[in-house]
Amino acid sequence: MMGRHTDAPMPLVLDDDYHLTLGDLCRICGITAEQVLALVDEGVIEPATREPWRFHVICIRRVRCAYRLNRDLGINLAGAALAVELLEEIEQLRARLRRLERMER
Amino acid sequence: MEYKDYYKILGVERGADQESIKRSYRKLARKYHPDVSKEADAEAKFKELNEAYEVLKDPEKRTAYDQLGNNWQAGQDFRPPPGWDQGFEFHGGGYTQVDPEQFSDFFESLFGRSRFGGGRGFYQGGHGARRGENTHAKILIDVEDSYQGATRTITLRHSDPGADGRPQIRERAINVKIPKGIAPGQQIRLSGQGEAGFGGAEAGDLYLEVEFKPHALYHLDGKTVYLDLPVAPWEAALGATVRAPTPTGPVDLRIPPNSRAGSKLRLKGRGLPAREPGDLFVVLQIALPPADSEAAKNAYRQMEQAFNFEPRAGLGV
Repeated sequence: MMGRHTDAPMPLVLDDDYHLTLGDLCRICGITAEQVLALVDEGVIEPATREPWRFHVICIRRVRCAYRLNRDLGINLAGAALAVELLEEIEQLRARLRRLERMER
Repeated sequence: MEYKDYYKILGVERGADQESIKRSYRKLARKYHPDVSKEADAEAKFKELNEAYEVLKDPEKRTAYDQLGNNWQAGQDFRPPPGWDQGFEFHGGGYTQVDPEQFSDFFESLFGRSRFGGGRGFYQGGHGARRGENTHAKILIDVEDSYQGATRTITLRHSDPGADGRPQIRERAINVKIPKGIAPGQQIRLSGQGEAGFGGAEAGDLYLEVEFKPHALYHLDGKTVYLDLPVAPWEAALGATVRAPTPTGPVDLRIPPNSRAGSKLRLKGRGLPAREPGDLFVVLQIALPPADSEAAKNAYRQMEQAFNFEPRAGLGV
């Protein structure tokens, strides 16, 4: 095990205005264009525009989560799509619950 | 190094058939999957499960593992006996589907030597130069970091090919500059900070998913920031100017008369900074003073007299 401590190069923020091409999304997530298309078909992600295809940055997270669930739990893409949606909803509900519990105190 | 009891980890008997091993793995994997689970040690548990399953699902590896005997206890100090793996070729490769860095020293010492074929293409001979893979991690930041910008140190575990072609786990701390205006769901890309490239090709990039720590006062919805502000009943009813915290410092807020619990006061552009900054919403919460003295009780009695107030009017009772 080796330890290194480095200053990172200047970061680039991929914000809401930053749109990814199909190629960007494939490279970033390490998957093929066919796999991205399959995820679009299942509704895991939706392109922000279709001509040409551009994706929101949030798609990186969804794609990776769907593929992890697919790989690790043997869930097919339709199931992974459902799981990704439910997980996002749970996350929102938890945040809301945290807030309400805080108000009670 | 510690002996690992892969059967115990998967919660199966040593004689369990492949089907029950798979069933048990799937069940535990659903429970501890880091995307799904909120258990504190989910990630470590999940890695352990994967390692155990990696060995027990593969008849060849399982036979070799069984050959170590069943007198070992989990956690016991372990050295592989010389020649223990004679006659095994581990056709499946050391790592078939998961990152090598997930595995323990124990696994490494048993199966780590045959690392060709399969996997994410880590050590597949390779023809010529190949760019390193992109890697991903999460970065946890505070609401204030987005207002002011900040520098955070994150520690990453990387596997790089060592001189002998075996992956080496390196721990690496990077200072990351968090730019002002970062918002939930955004990603930070650090060029060249992913996996090293092969044959002189450039390294991959590191992507950091931005996640905000829950804050004691503020909560976020995109670039919009919310603050729950307690006010006294008379402040809400009569109007008042009160002091409220904001991420950029306290402000004096004018509460309009006849405000209600849940009324929102908008501070335009005081949400997360950006070219089009978000707004800050102050949500009023009415705090009731306790009736803990005779004077306080009298004040409530006077209110009762003064109002013809039926709070349950809408309930049909």
